[in-house]
Amino acid sequence: MLILILAFAATPAHSQESPYIVTYDHYLEEPGSLEVEYFSTFGTQRAGNDWIAYWAEFEYGATAWWTTEVYLDGQTTFNDSSLFTGFRWENRFRLLQREHFVNPVLYIEYEHTNGADKILKEVEGHDVEADYAEPNSVARQDHDHELEFKLLLSKTFKGWNFAQNTIATKNLTGGNPWEFGYAMGFSRPLALKASAQRCNFCPENFVAGVEMYGGLGDRYSFGLNDTSQYLAPVVAWNLPSDWTLRLSPGFGLNDNSHRFLLRWGVSREFSGFGASIARLFGGR
Amino acid sequence: MMTSTWTRFNVSMRTHKAFLRRLIDCFAIAAVLLPAPALAQTSSTPTSKDKSVYAELAKAPQKAAARSNPLASDPDAVAAGGKLFAQHCAECHGDMADGGKKGPSLLAPEVQQSTPGTLFWLLTNGVVRRGMPVWSKLPEPQRWQLVSFIKSLAPPHAAPENGEKASQP
Repeated sequence: MLILILAFAATPAHSQESPYIVTYDHYLEEPGSLEVEYFSTFGTQRAGNDWIAYWAEFEYGATAWWTTEVYLDGQTTFNDSSLFTGFRWENRFRLLQREHFVNPVLYIEYEHTNGADKILKEVEGHDVEADYAEPNSVARQDHDHELEFKLLLSKTFKGWNFAQNTIATKNLTGGNPWEFGYAMGFSRPLALKASAQRCNFCPENFVAGVEMYGGLGDRYSFGLNDTSQYLAPVVAWNLPSDWTLRLSPGFGLNDNSHRFLLRWGVSREFSGFGASIARLFGGR
Repeated sequence: MMTSTWTRFNVSMRTHKAFLRRLIDCFAIAAVLLPAPALAQTSSTPTSKDKSVYAELAKAPQKAAARSNPLASDPDAVAAGGKLFAQHCAECHGDMADGGKKGPSLLAPEVQQSTPGTLFWLLTNGVVRRGMPVWSKLPEPQRWQLVSFIKSLAPPHAAPENGEKASQP
């Protein structure tokens, strides 16, 4: 059904996507557009098996100030097993109507995942590498119902985007304390002017940057002790054929972090998706 | 060693494929549950919406409206702007910029008589309440290229040269 809708009704739209994989800037999905994304993270694991975590995102621009998104997560741990690890529903709300010196966006997410989830879409609290060493059969027994709030601050100046996210999460099961984390990044297209010709390798199609993210402890032990921290160069290639490819090798900055994370992603934006759905139900 | 790596790769690829198939099925159901505001938005009255978007042009601060297009004399600006328009704007404003289901005509006098600075300001800030997103994610030169293209759409007698001397609505 989805394929039919996308193939016959919604039209691909060229997107100018940011290269970030963890950090959010303040730009929301265009209203009525659906962006379908698939990401994968390969992670090295000391005292355990390396793994590949993957997730799909379906990001929909409900309005120009509200984007809603569903994630479906899974992972494969080498010499162990593969499993579906849960879902997330995220909403981002633009708080100010116009562009300002810094632009705030409120992010609210509900996630229902199990302990084997490894997508590392955000790092918070005292998440450390050792947490991911458990066999899947053990880890999947834990179930998290988590509420996550982020304040996304972002600014674009002379082609440079600067973004900072503050994260607060509350696991609704087991009386866990509030946990905190952060993500920040900057990026810039390789060229600011567009060329007059349609081209795959024009420098303006590439956006490169760096992001950094990690935990900040919890309510009772705020700070960097027993947290994991990562630094990751990021690059996105916005193809004229409406696809965006992203690549990001990430490096752990302390002994609690995975030494290496290799992330990649592919996405495509379909405009007019909301109108197509509306037509299905008799709308104009 | 090679066999082990190949086996891992095969297992990983099979898992990815199975995972993707499952996701597509799941999303077909999720798509039906899309939020109602989005559906309502696509069926709003174009005329009143167009007017309210045009009215936003008058809200450009004087300083912003007075800015001139630094690419006004760039011979490639209109062509590059046309490419950007097709990529980012045509979906709402129509392939010929004459208006679409979601966006008003850019050939209207309200737009064509606006200064380049006014159009640049509107592109940068959007009209979020009326469904037009902010386009500051496009670098400044690309927004000016878009302005060059939009101004080039005016009939020769309708707009002053480069739009530099046009008055704010």
